[in-house]
Amino acid sequence: MIFALVLIPTLAGLAAFLIRPDGPRRGLLMTTAVVQAALTVAAWIVRPAPVFGGWLALDALGLLFLGIISTLFLAAAFYAVGYLRHEEHQVERDFEEGFLFANAPEAVFTGCMLLFLASMTLVTVSQHFGLLWVAVEATTLASASLIYFHRHHRSLEAAWKYLLICSVGIALALLGTFFLAVSSAPAGEEAMPLLLGDLVRHAREFHAPWLKAAFLLLLVGYGTKMGLAPMHTWLPDAHSESPSVVSALLSGAVLNCAFLGILRAFQVCAAAGLAEFAQELLVGFGLFSMAVAAVFIFGQNDYKRMLAYSSVEHMGILALGVGLGGVATFGAMFHAINHSLTKAMLFLVAGNILAAYRTKISANVRGVARVLPVSGALWIAGFLAITGSPPFGAFLSEFTILRGALEQHRATVAVAYLALLAVIFIGMATPVLRMAQGEAVNAPQDRGGREARLSVVPAMALGAVVLLLGLWIPQGLTNVLQEAARALSKGF
Amino acid sequence: MSVDSILILVALTNLMLLAYSRLGASIRVTAAQGILLGLLPLVASPHAGWHAALIAVGSMALKGVVFPRLMFRALREAKVQREIEPFVGYNVSLLIGVAALAVSIWIGQQLPVPGATISSLVVPVAMFSILVGLFLIISRKKAVNQVLGFLVLENGVYTFGVGLIQHTSLLVELGVLLDVFVAVFVMGIIIFHISREFDHIDTDALSSLKD
Repeated sequence: MIFALVLIPTLAGLAAFLIRPDGPRRGLLMTTAVVQAALTVAAWIVRPAPVFGGWLALDALGLLFLGIISTLFLAAAFYAVGYLRHEEHQVERDFEEGFLFANAPEAVFTGCMLLFLASMTLVTVSQHFGLLWVAVEATTLASASLIYFHRHHRSLEAAWKYLLICSVGIALALLGTFFLAVSSAPAGEEAMPLLLGDLVRHAREFHAPWLKAAFLLLLVGYGTKMGLAPMHTWLPDAHSESPSVVSALLSGAVLNCAFLGILRAFQVCAAAGLAEFAQELLVGFGLFSMAVAAVFIFGQNDYKRMLAYSSVEHMGILALGVGLGGVATFGAMFHAINHSLTKAMLFLVAGNILAAYRTKISANVRGVARVLPVSGALWIAGFLAITGSPPFGAFLSEFTILRGALEQHRATVAVAYLALLAVIFIGMATPVLRMAQGEAVNAPQDRGGREARLSVVPAMALGAVVLLLGLWIPQGLTNVLQEAARALSKGF
Repeated sequence: MSVDSILILVALTNLMLLAYSRLGASIRVTAAQGILLGLLPLVASPHAGWHAALIAVGSMALKGVVFPRLMFRALREAKVQREIEPFVGYNVSLLIGVAALAVSIWIGQQLPVPGATISSLVVPVAMFSILVGLFLIISRKKAVNQVLGFLVLENGVYTFGVGLIQHTSLLVELGVLLDVFVAVFVMGIIIFHISREFDHIDTDALSSLKD
């Protein structure tokens, strides 16, 4: 079953490069997404057995992130089909600078999207640190060409920065992986294979300075990909220039994959009795990321960049939650779900707004609620959800992290956390509400309030799940979240 | 050739990269470095078996033949010969390189390797390559040079892996090689597009996205 999870999207992706007609290729994209989601549900019901000598297995953490990825991809695949239909004409005019540009061939786009899914799935099922690294780097490579879908100089710049910065970051993570292997070698003997279970079992005997250096390198390396400040510089560019459906996947799924890499390293550290060292680093990076995001969200006039910085903020919250430990770890795991679904929904809605208004400057967008009634409502709901307002899921998870901080008697952290959340709420509220309200001045044509079904239903579905999670968490999900949090506190 | 002499040659290639302005020469030096590192596992453990040999041959073919060809093609497309005005000049670059070497040796002394190692030079030379790679990426404008910087960085990490860990699994090594290959391939494609879009491959022209 684990093989099927990885192989089906891989084969579908390779096939997509070869299929000429658009119809079957789009069908393939949707079918693969549905099959992947069905397999994921099956894996949630009956945990699949480890395969390949324990290299590939699904533990609670992997299951959690696999669930997020499959859900997002399902929404994104349907949205993408509507998007690709809309983008069919060969040459388009750039709305910022007025030049003409073409799009990348649709077959390449679809193929890369499916390979992207395959590599992300491989990240979640990897139990071997080397394989994990290979998979994370593969997500970068598969998504770089997605960012360069619109063939013009800004997306080219974004793709180049993304590829170079993330590749360098991930090279450091590979060094960290080697450090981990060295730390596991008893004096004068050879290193052990880097299987998570073995490492966690023997972590107490590891060489502490090398393990600390390994964690630092893995944190910086995967942190680059995750978008933790100050290594986040590629993130706003890539998110603002790629098609919105790609932004949704980048923000909701890839960042989490990199986070999973850090969590795996954290598990080993926790088992080795170095949890405190790792936690302090995570708290520091977490708060710093939130602060940087707050500074850049304030006065941000590009609404897709605003969403991108909001991702930096939420990655900071995730790092902070795991860094605080205790009940906050549970909160962070839950927050990963809430953030991914909400942010993906917001990016999909932003894509609709962009398609209608043809501008990314929030000051030039007015009256979304009137021109695009469904998208407008989702835009406001998404804003409330992402800033942690009740009754959405993010409220519960952010509150749990706050409770974790208070239980540890870390008043300074709690105050800083609350203050930054408040600043970001205000910073996002002004442009979002301004965009939604008022008379439409810049919309090219009034569509009589009708929107294409494929452009709103995926976002609505994601929004509904986030709302539901705020009101009721299914028992099965609670169990997996608790198991994941336990794995992070004890290391297994 | 002994392990130590290979490692010293690798360190020398790093210094050459810092001093060269001709992109063609830099590509050749990086290729030579890749071949040297491919030899490293063979020299270190000559009886390691077919899988080590396979990896060594694969990585030499990739870094010594395929990558230089890709890079030379990018040069032809972009019609550039040399890096004329890097952000940091060549003399200063060399000085920084020497300083980086000193730092690498110091790091090597600070981090005694607990397990088995093939040479005491492994950690310093690996660190030196990593620092030089990072410096090349930051200080050079031409996109080709930045890709070379990435390769040098990757070579440094590879040196570390070969020198300190005897038994990495075949699958992981192949995966790493494949990833590096695809990375350079995709970077090559993007360089091609950059040269078509801007008529040059200076990455400081990529500056329209900022806050």
